[in-house]
Amino acid sequence: MANPYAIDTRRLTRRFDDIVAVDGVELRVASGAIFGLLGGNGAGKTTMVKMLTTLLAPTSGSATVAGFDIVSAPHEVRRRIGYVPQMLSADGALTGYENLLLSARLYAVPRAELATRIADALGFMGLNEARNRLVKTYSGGMVRRLELAQSMLHRPAVLFLDEPTIGLDPVARHLVWQRLRDLNARFGMTILLTTHDMEEADHLCGDLAILHAGKLAAHGSPTTLKAALSSRATLDDVFAHYSGTMDQSGRLRDTDQTRRAAQRLE
Amino acid sequence: MHQFALEVFAIGAVEFRKLMRDPTELISRAIQPVLWLAVFGQVLSHARGIETGRAGYLAFMTPGILAQSVLFSAIFYGIAVIWERDLGIVHKLLVSPASRTALVIGKAVSADFRGVAQAILVYIIALVLRVPIRWEIGAIVGVLCIVALGSAIFSTFSLAMACIVKTRERFMGIGQVLTMPLFFASNAIYPLSLMPEWLRRVAKLNPLTYLVDALRGLMVQGEQSVYGLAVDCAVLAVVFAALVLVTVRIYPRLAQ
Ligand SMILES: Nc1ncnc2c1ncn2[C@@H]1O[C@H](COP(=O)(O)OP(=O)(O)OP(=O)(O)O)[C@@H](O)[C@H]1O
Ligand SMILES: [Mg+2]
Repeated sequence: MANPYAIDTRRLTRRFDDIVAVDGVELRVASGAIFGLLGGNGAGKTTMVKMLTTLLAPTSGSATVAGFDIVSAPHEVRRRIGYVPQMLSADGALTGYENLLLSARLYAVPRAELATRIADALGFMGLNEARNRLVKTYSGGMVRRLELAQSMLHRPAVLFLDEPTIGLDPVARHLVWQRLRDLNARFGMTILLTTHDMEEADHLCGDLAILHAGKLAAHGSPTTLKAALSSRATLDDVFAHYSGTMDQSGRLRDTDQTRRAAQRLE
Repeated sequence: MHQFALEVFAIGAVEFRKLMRDPTELISRAIQPVLWLAVFGQVLSHARGIETGRAGYLAFMTPGILAQSVLFSAIFYGIAVIWERDLGIVHKLLVSPASRTALVIGKAVSADFRGVAQAILVYIIALVLRVPIRWEIGAIVGVLCIVALGSAIFSTFSLAMACIVKTRERFMGIGQVLTMPLFFASNAIYPLSLMPEWLRRVAKLNPLTYLVDALRGLMVQGEQSVYGLAVDCAVLAVVFAALVLVTVRIYPRLAQ
């Protein structure tokens, strides 16, 4: 792996008809970092993550993830990444254990290690008691931790999370943060997460990028970003400065997503 | 190769567990074939309105109704996949290094459990109604294999449609529009020889016709396949392979 960056994008661009969802983004994420991608609704965060996880092809530009090109070597990329989508996406009709078993098989976790990896992931995420319960009986925080358990089974080099704590209560949120830090420390996993939550960004991320209307508006550590604005600026100020105020349609989309996340748990 | 089989198995195993856990769908799907055979079939065989082989109309119709219930239980399979898309499950499958061909075939195998359950049900109804069934092990295994192939075809077709329309509402519309013509433009409840020429031409392009034909030859005494089992199987296999090739290409659209 010649590239020292876990993620390296070159003028990465994606259009949807007349919308440029991601517009010439140049982003470099160091190996082992916890990196926050900020931006208001529709800024292009999900589109960015979908391209980096090989779900969506770029319209132009390129990117490498874990040293492999997302367009010419998508299979190599997929073997080295984990992904937790914006929606709570574990299968409610299966138990926690069965969800993990499916992931382990699809990620070709060696048979000999299967049982220990699953047990380890369940224990690590505090889900041992609930392992044989159907996931539709889980709380939102438990589903998210199950998804983290799923995405750690194959020890990915880079883990992508799209708004990992949306719809979670403060206790569940803090628990997810704790586990993400642990994953980062224990396996040296590079983590890229998207968020609109400035507390999350401040707490968790060593480095941030702010997207606005598909363009990279700012890039740096929380401290430098704040200091660049004024001596007493908060991250909220930084966010507002670079991405403008949220418009009405943005608010509507946000509630819609929260509702979807909540619905998922019925 | 071994990993490919494991992936297909993993997807199929998930579906099997869900079905065992909640068999209500299997039970509700049982109603239609019972009505068709016990009511429609009984009445028509007394009326002798449709000229078929020596075995009688009910015997003629039984394999057709089995094929129909295979079609109906597989064709709405895409709905479940659209549901998985809305939940982000499809996204997670597509980000995994699993072969996309394995994912699509795994889904087809999942539909087979429902198809085989329908076959067992139709055998039981046939037993009750004293339809002259071929109770030979070879014939029964043959029927189950053909049913599995038929379920795989229609569920993959359904998956392909889901990849194109992407939303539940549009899918329901299209599903409704497609199933009835597929059923009536086939030899399921009347022989091709009774059809007007134009309809016969359409029926000959309909995979359901070959599914029914193969089942008719294997399932009941006194009926035989018109095209021959080898032709039927070849047609079905080619259709399935073509559907898999197309679906593997458009499956990633679900996550975009
Ligand atoms: N599949 C698609 N087809 C058409 N337009 C799309 C598609 N996906 C995203 N867009 C558009 O691209 C832009 C960026 O969307 P994206 O979902 O990446 O934003 P986001 O930053 O993740 O927003 P949110 O915070 O609401 O999740 C938006 O204008 C959106 O409407
Ligand atoms: Mg998003």
